[in-house]
Amino acid sequence: MTPIIAELAYWQETVLRGLVGLVAVLLPTGALVYMFLFKMMSFMQSRLGPMEAGPYGQLQLLAEFGKFLQKEDIFPSKADRFVFAAAPFVVLVSTFLLVLVLPGGPDAHFVDLNTGIYFAMAVSSVSVIGIMMAGWGSNSKYSLLGGIRAAGQLIAYELPLVLSVVGVVIMAGTLNLKGIVLAQSDFGIWFIIPQFLGFLIFLVSIQAELTQPPFDMPVAESELVTGYMTEYSGIRFLLFFIGEFATAAVFSAIGATLFLGGWTIPFVDGSSEIMNWIGPLVLAVKMVLIAFLIFWFRMTYPRFREDQLQRLAWKFLIPLSLLNIVITAIFKVVF
Amino acid sequence: MPKVPGMLVGLGVTAKTFFKTVFPDGPTGPPAPSKGSHTVQYPHVKEAPPDRARGVIALHHDNCTSCMLCARECPDWCIYIEGHKELAPPRRAGGKPRQKNKLDRFDIDFALCMFCGICVEVCPFDALFWSPEFEFSELKIADLLHDKSRLADWMETVPDYPAYESGSEVKVKKLPSPSS
Repeated sequence: MTPIIAELAYWQETVLRGLVGLVAVLLPTGALVYMFLFKMMSFMQSRLGPMEAGPYGQLQLLAEFGKFLQKEDIFPSKADRFVFAAAPFVVLVSTFLLVLVLPGGPDAHFVDLNTGIYFAMAVSSVSVIGIMMAGWGSNSKYSLLGGIRAAGQLIAYELPLVLSVVGVVIMAGTLNLKGIVLAQSDFGIWFIIPQFLGFLIFLVSIQAELTQPPFDMPVAESELVTGYMTEYSGIRFLLFFIGEFATAAVFSAIGATLFLGGWTIPFVDGSSEIMNWIGPLVLAVKMVLIAFLIFWFRMTYPRFREDQLQRLAWKFLIPLSLLNIVITAIFKVVF
Repeated sequence: MPKVPGMLVGLGVTAKTFFKTVFPDGPTGPPAPSKGSHTVQYPHVKEAPPDRARGVIALHHDNCTSCMLCARECPDWCIYIEGHKELAPPRRAGGKPRQKNKLDRFDIDFALCMFCGICVEVCPFDALFWSPEFEFSELKIADLLHDKSRLADWMETVPDYPAYESGSEVKVKKLPSPSS
């Protein structure tokens, strides 16, 4: 990919990167929503899901998109207009920033940061600010409660998420996502086997970070209507929706990179030139595998109570992930 | 055998339903979700409701004495009844003419009705019946007010009472029937 980009002018490269970034966010999001939210969820409930728009309802997402575009963009009369209007974009920006560091091949990446995973964990917290902005700016009690619940939950689960990643970082010896992928092919086995505990903690934590059921207390519709999204309509609601599922896709991809060997396939040299082209596809397949787990849990479990949810994070997951770090460090030093 | 944790059992339930829906003929058969699902694609396929389904309320107005019991018991007050008294010929020659309640108006507003069935239960003269018919949506909400003749038309869709179990007929004096 490098030789092609090198021939382009700076503005051409920028436009190309923007388009590829958009595709990299929206295409997996649409695929996940159609495959899992529309179809797998329906089959798990013994129904068919959308069938009318296109063959097997494949164009349903376009129909939904058109529907949301037509709707009026309503501002509550006493809302903080700027904060209210900007909140969905802040949430979406955090998702787009996450995609930046994802490596799809030895050279297929947007930026190659030496602190890649650190950057990813940091910008994923930006969405909390967007959610708090939405909760505060709406001037509605449901939104405010939802926003505060979301903030409390995201802060609580950020810790086990980061700590479970630390185990992988210790094993790989680098914070660079590409380095982590290549370390896995050097190690001979994907990190999901030696870091299985870390993988489980990571799965639970991203489930909570995405506010997917069973951790959907911030949008608990039986208590808070839809939490921080209550007052939103039309395109801004759609942006929140895209943000939620795009983040699910990106976090699945990060999980695939950390634990399932990223773009590499066993017995194939990960740094060869051809991997730039098939690497993104391999990563997409692995992303779908992890997203399948996320959506499977989402469709199976009922919602946690708020105190149970906090207790699980602070009293169970954080000590467990600290234990994981200690064990990993001991093994790293001994062997 | 140790007890399987409930959280894993839950995952098993959803996975099992998934495979039952996608592969109704077992894992070797072709994937056929439209066969495996319990739902039907409504406008294309019409599901036959059970005989006793609560679709719409039908009126057999010959039986109605405009006693207003149904209108008074209705929780939504969606039944409107008007009637007047008129004289009917005496039963025997030379007798006094009988007084009869004639029904002028009997409307049910299905925009208000919550299909609780209290009116059907409370009717002492078997004038109201449940019909399983469910396709009566309208473009205008006012059209959901069904008048006497429209309610009478639904009578054709009311199923007959199911036959009594053997041995239980002797206890009943007469078999009620919508057409009696």
